[in-house]
Amino acid sequence: MSETKFTKDHEWVRLEGGVATVGITDHAQNALGDVVFVDLPDVGRTVAAGEAIAVVESVKAASDVYAPIAGKIVEVNAGLADNPGTINSAPTTDGWFFRIEPADAAEVAALMDEAAYAAFVDTLA
Amino acid sequence: MAESSETLLETPLASLHSELGGRMVPFAGYSMPVQYAAGIMQEHLHCRAAASLFDVSHMGQAELVGEGAAAALERVTPADVQALKPGRQRYGLLMTEAGGILDDFMVANLGDRLFLVVNASRKHVDLPYIQAALPAGVTLKPLPDRALVALQGPQAVAAIATLAPGIADLTFMGIGSFEIAGVKALVSRSGYTGEDGVEMSVPAEQAERFARALLALPGVQPAGLGARDSLRLEAGLCLYGNDIDETTSPVEAALTWSIGKRRRTEWNFPGAGRVREELANGAKRLRVGIKPEGRQPARGHTPIHAPGGAAIGEITSGGFGPTLNGPMAMGYVAPEHAADGTALDLMVRGKALAARVAPTPFVPHRYAR
Repeated sequence: MSETKFTKDHEWVRLEGGVATVGITDHAQNALGDVVFVDLPDVGRTVAAGEAIAVVESVKAASDVYAPIAGKIVEVNAGLADNPGTINSAPTTDGWFFRIEPADAAEVAALMDEAAYAAFVDTLA
Repeated sequence: MAESSETLLETPLASLHSELGGRMVPFAGYSMPVQYAAGIMQEHLHCRAAASLFDVSHMGQAELVGEGAAAALERVTPADVQALKPGRQRYGLLMTEAGGILDDFMVANLGDRLFLVVNASRKHVDLPYIQAALPAGVTLKPLPDRALVALQGPQAVAAIATLAPGIADLTFMGIGSFEIAGVKALVSRSGYTGEDGVEMSVPAEQAERFARALLALPGVQPAGLGARDSLRLEAGLCLYGNDIDETTSPVEAALTWSIGKRRRTEWNFPGAGRVREELANGAKRLRVGIKPEGRQPARGHTPIHAPGGAAIGEITSGGFGPTLNGPMAMGYVAPEHAADGTALDLMVRGKALAARVAPTPFVPHRYAR
């Protein structure tokens, strides 16, 4: 089982078999509230680290989701179209957003680990 | 955030919000609960199914007293205030000389005085404006020491009638004084959700006790500003600052119904010239309901285009309707695009989202008429 890494934009990233799966954290889904729609990137798109590539819409507002690393989108979670609430109920498992083939896997290693992310979230309170 | 938390005002229910897990946000200069632990979706659905308690104490309350108070108020509004019978309330618009909407408000005839409720974000503009229009002998008395709470939903009146049975005899837009849980409350059968329910003005120092008594009633849950916004949008009701402002006229905003019939023969209210001209020749834009196709919401300030064509307007409020179970919006479009069913493109993040003009309310009103 690969280690899960985190960004300051509240995405989680899990590198397995050379592909990084990306979603939003429990903290993020809780702050957003009930998700009603997700706009996901096209498969095959090349993205830069920090680029806004998805949008998550709650009852109240729209929020960007960023590419945590540079690379190519190889898969998106098609199940979210019919069940966007999965992002609230299972943010770090079935509620994943997209998979990226990293341009440089070292970019994943450089992200925050779980303890560092937890400490970061504490600074926001 | 434009305002730091230090400068925000609190309502008399601030400690209760904290105790209930309210997520506080700045709104119109106040720290207000956008939601509680249940979340906007559940709070919205609960209001449509049972009864929800809203703190709306940030709104401005005032009394107008003196001989000729109703005629005096008509100097700033096209509503027919003089025909308002004792025990009745009415929706109205405060107008600018240029024919824009200064605010929307509620006015009630309490027999010996008029009772006004104006928007929180506009009370500092409205009250001096009204004051400046008053003749000698009519006095405007702001009521900063009163809280305002709304109990809304199909079970709201049955619930509160267990504490004050007479409330059940009010009809929609009826108003009266009742003693509820030992608190003297001014109660109107009205609200901002499209549901049956009441809005209640109580002394600030008794507001927390009062709110706790309501929350103890069966079926009553707290709801925040988030649910209030999605409920009012489903009900097709305007939010001042989003859907109406000093640039929009009553004709453009499709609020001409709030202009009294007599007032349309007298034409003696601020901005009457513009209203009269637009009624005769048509407005340059009209407020309409809009339903995006699919599930994706379009938010305020989204440009509206003719399908595949030019810009014809803008969304002023948009979101997802939990009861509608789909996206909904309202906005202004050129008149030739305003008929129900007209196809529109909403330019969301640079991509055209197909939508149609739709009748409002999106969810039928259930007032006790």
